[in-house]
Amino acid sequence: VSRVAVLAGGSSFERQVSLRSGARVEDALERLGHDVIAIDAGRDLIRRLREERPDVAFVAMHGRDGEDGTVQELLEILGLPYTGSGVPACVRAMDKVLTKHLLIEHGVPTPEFFAFNQTAFRELGAADALPAIEQRLAFPIVVKPSSQGSALGIKFARTAADVPGALVAAFSYDAKVLLERFVDGRDLAVSVLDGPDGPVALPVVEAVPTGGQEGDFYDFQARYEIGRTDFICPAELPDGATQRAQELALRTYELLGCYGFARVDLMLDGAGDLHVLEANPIPGLTETSLLPQSAEEAGIGFDQLVSRILDSAFSRP
Amino acid sequence: MSPPPDPPARSTRRDLERYAGLFSARTRVMTSSATRDLMAMSDRPEVISFAGGLPDTSSFPPETFASMTARIADESCARALQYGPTEGLAETKGCIVDVMAAERMTVDPDDVLVTTGGQQVLDLVTKTLIDPGDTIVAEGPSYPGALNAFQAYQANVVQIDMDSDGMRVDLLEETLDRLGRDGKPPKFVYTVPSFQNPGGVTMSLPRRRRLVEVARERELLVLEDNPYGLLRYEGDRLPTLYSLDGGVYVMYLGTFSKIFSPGLRLGWVVAPPPVLERINLGKQQADLCTSTLSQILVHAYFEHHDWREYVGALTELYRARRDTMLDALAEHFPPQAEWTRPGGGLFIWATLPDFIDTSDLLAAALRVDVAFVPGEGAFLDGRGRSSMRLNFSGADEDQIREGIRRIGEVIKEQVALYGTLTGEAAQAPPRHDAVADAATAGESQDEGARVVELPRRAERERRARRS
Repeated sequence: VSRVAVLAGGSSFERQVSLRSGARVEDALERLGHDVIAIDAGRDLIRRLREERPDVAFVAMHGRDGEDGTVQELLEILGLPYTGSGVPACVRAMDKVLTKHLLIEHGVPTPEFFAFNQTAFRELGAADALPAIEQRLAFPIVVKPSSQGSALGIKFARTAADVPGALVAAFSYDAKVLLERFVDGRDLAVSVLDGPDGPVALPVVEAVPTGGQEGDFYDFQARYEIGRTDFICPAELPDGATQRAQELALRTYELLGCYGFARVDLMLDGAGDLHVLEANPIPGLTETSLLPQSAEEAGIGFDQLVSRILDSAFSRP
Repeated sequence: MSPPPDPPARSTRRDLERYAGLFSARTRVMTSSATRDLMAMSDRPEVISFAGGLPDTSSFPPETFASMTARIADESCARALQYGPTEGLAETKGCIVDVMAAERMTVDPDDVLVTTGGQQVLDLVTKTLIDPGDTIVAEGPSYPGALNAFQAYQANVVQIDMDSDGMRVDLLEETLDRLGRDGKPPKFVYTVPSFQNPGGVTMSLPRRRRLVEVARERELLVLEDNPYGLLRYEGDRLPTLYSLDGGVYVMYLGTFSKIFSPGLRLGWVVAPPPVLERINLGKQQADLCTSTLSQILVHAYFEHHDWREYVGALTELYRARRDTMLDALAEHFPPQAEWTRPGGGLFIWATLPDFIDTSDLLAAALRVDVAFVPGEGAFLDGRGRSSMRLNFSGADEDQIREGIRRIGEVIKEQVALYGTLTGEAAQAPPRHDAVADAATAGESQDEGARVVELPRRAERERRARRS
């Protein structure tokens, strides 16, 4: 039995989801008999952690601060064991551009992309390079902020006229954005969980938008709206694709240096090729979130999942 | 005695998802979106929020409140704690007759039903009249709370453009013809004719007259939502649709929220007797009766205090805040932006160049601790993405100046970036949207048009002269 501080909320745009993840984790920890301290991560975070003197912190925060290494850095300073990836892995995973460069260097397929910060456009005339980029990537082009964890700010540019508006939107969330080749295909997620024998990839989940979608493009927002996306687990994939997706997820997890758990999002294109889009060091932990669904499919119930994640905090190498 | 067992931990924070499989089809339209998560961020105390629709209750004298409650405890304690009739208490209806008289309406108390806020009227009227798939005609943009109520009953909502004179009744007639041909005539038309939420425009007298005629000609019900009518900061009072029609086809929604207190949850509906009877049945199912305590409180207030004087004080306060916001908009928003100039009410509707998505802009604004409502929620058809609703009643004048300055900075950054990206010097013509057009078209001499003139150019010139 441990005294566990569950850190949730914070001031990221994913605060609401994080509060739900945190509540779910708190319930599980209580059922497991732990002494739970719920902390909405705010200005008093350090003070509360010092007052409450927990044995361990369960980080259930998503997006900025909680998932980008900031909170992890503070927990390191306090010398408090914590769940999930350490600082360097969080820094790499939250930055899609760093992640993709790392993947490419190691031969892991990821959609071709170009990334810029605002100064490239303001001071180096990067706008003049847009036609060349558009020609290289071909429409439609996906435009996204480099660090935003949720669907916010992700736009599809179908023509050259859409690109400036999409860039303006993406820059609302981050100083760095990427233009990425659109992969038409199936939307997959593979969760990875550390265990006594090292990390293992869990069954693949496929996200299928339900009816009424306009155009050919997956509506990213649907992922976050109850009843607008069906999740199929295990995903029914062509021969070999499941194993390949799991291998790519594990490889991504290891390249980034993730620890404890993470979720890797991929696309399976029409030719049967897989492409890694991004990794989430702290994916959602609500009951319908993909990691818990996938763990359930692997015979790991939610309480057991939480228990394993918690245990890993004490055996960080 | 042993202590009671602990309640289940944090049940209020338990996931919505756990129960998702049990939800009715009706609730499937009640989606929670990423944008809603953004909106939730505007609750932080450091955020200057123009997102609410909050009256300034801090201006209500606490000693008045104390004397009212003391009087109730003294004189009508048992009654205040008891159930009341579904239609409402007679003395509360007396207050309602007074409030409606202040806008020159005559109403028979028997035609009034007291409700739990104006929002309940929207729910009950929709529940009474709408089967799934039935059509409701509303303004575009429209009050999101009304759209939510309509959607909850699976109505098909058609939104009619507005200009500076409010709903385009000519377009309404065309739409009614079309809907008639398609076999989908609407059950009712929903309108906020005065100081519309969120548009900030007011329906002109000729349009009011014409709308009432159209309702008569076509035997069509109209729901007139008038929460702000008494909060007029300039211009002449216009007759309500209800007074023009006499209550034959026009149902009237009133509320004490904006003239006294939203916390009391007291509103009312006036409707033709057969409709009111049905609404009454719906109300019985919903909550039996409106809070007796709230009703008695409002009566105590009306009997012993000058409610008109308080409305007058609010009017002074809000007029100053509106003027401050209009000045700040003229100073800090870029020339590509347009906004309405409300003659009353609580809201300004601003429209930006169409390359700016106001949901994304909100993310950038929240980083500098200021919030507004993105326009997309005021439409069900994807319009409004470049517009925003700004509330000026809930923040003080310093906050308004600072908040608008910050939003203006963020917009200017985006306009400049867009200019850089397109190689243009960011002089894109303003987007021609319904209400934005309204603002520019405000020079027409129609009665009522003066209510919404576009202040920008004039204000800028005035400012330039001043400095």
